[in-house]
Amino acid sequence: MNTRFLPLAGFALVAILLGFGIAWMRGNSMNEVPSPLIGKPAPAFDLPRLDDPQQRLSNADFSGKPYLLNVFASWCFACRDEHPLLMAEAKQLDIPVIGFNYKDDPADAKRWLSRFGDPYSVVIADRDGRTAIDFGVYGAPESFLVDANGIIRYKRIGAITPEVMAFEIKPRLKAMQGAGG
Amino acid sequence: MKSAPANRLGRLRVLLLCVALLLPLAAAAIDALPFKDRAEEQRFQNLTRQLRCLVCQNESLADSSADLAKDLRQEVFEQMRQGKSDAEIKRYLTARYSDFVLYNPPLRGGTFVLWFGPLLVLLIGSAIVFRIVRRRGATKPSAAPASTNEEDW
Repeated sequence: MNTRFLPLAGFALVAILLGFGIAWMRGNSMNEVPSPLIGKPAPAFDLPRLDDPQQRLSNADFSGKPYLLNVFASWCFACRDEHPLLMAEAKQLDIPVIGFNYKDDPADAKRWLSRFGDPYSVVIADRDGRTAIDFGVYGAPESFLVDANGIIRYKRIGAITPEVMAFEIKPRLKAMQGAGG
Repeated sequence: MKSAPANRLGRLRVLLLCVALLLPLAAAAIDALPFKDRAEEQRFQNLTRQLRCLVCQNESLADSSADLAKDLRQEVFEQMRQGKSDAEIKRYLTARYSDFVLYNPPLRGGTFVLWFGPLLVLLIGSAIVFRIVRRRGATKPSAAPASTNEEDW
């Protein structure tokens, strides 16, 4: 073998490696922490309702039916970006869409909902963020699709876009409803 | 008879004043965690330095000022107080945030390339260098053309 071409081969190797890295980064955001909870039961929660803190809701209240848990907060800018989509589509999903108010002042959260609209079936409030840690939440918005058996099927990190709704959430929901009846 | 309730009220006032004066201290102590000794603090620092802040991923849990990092530091501290080992605390965090929270990824199938890839590249590189050096050694008398060859690169 002619050693003359060795540097060229080395360069090609590095180019392939970097090209692979770029291609991989396009599909996978470096900031997205893969959730180890997918395919596992949703963590146990027992949180007060935002509109009526005396009343508490837990996993048991939602078992038997799939639901979408949407982590939001009044201080979260990206939540406002996804808000119109939830307003438009949440009701059509035909499953409970639960608002998970994350580390928020209840008064601020209520004001936010009355100002921009409330797309949720019910809103639960996690003021100290303890339950959110159990869910592996590290920002808002995040969304969890939970099936009728309480298993997390899908997690969206960041705002739900129309594409995510159409190609990630709805097909999974359809499959769940087809299987579970 | 009349002075007794007034006296009690006065004492209550003093107590309230003391509590009010101590409040800022309590607020300041939120992140300055109440370590009982130097060893506990060192263990905490050592542990949180090995953990990644999920929000600003180039920072460790020990250094980050993100809100979530603060919550997680509190969580780590409380679990230490409950007598949990470092491994148990790490397991608690990886169960929620995956191996991503660890700066030192565990050795297993998926991380094999990560751990041994550099070593493999080093071995391949040294094999190539070794071959080149040996070949040059063999053709020592005609070293001059080899050096012009190098300039071509």
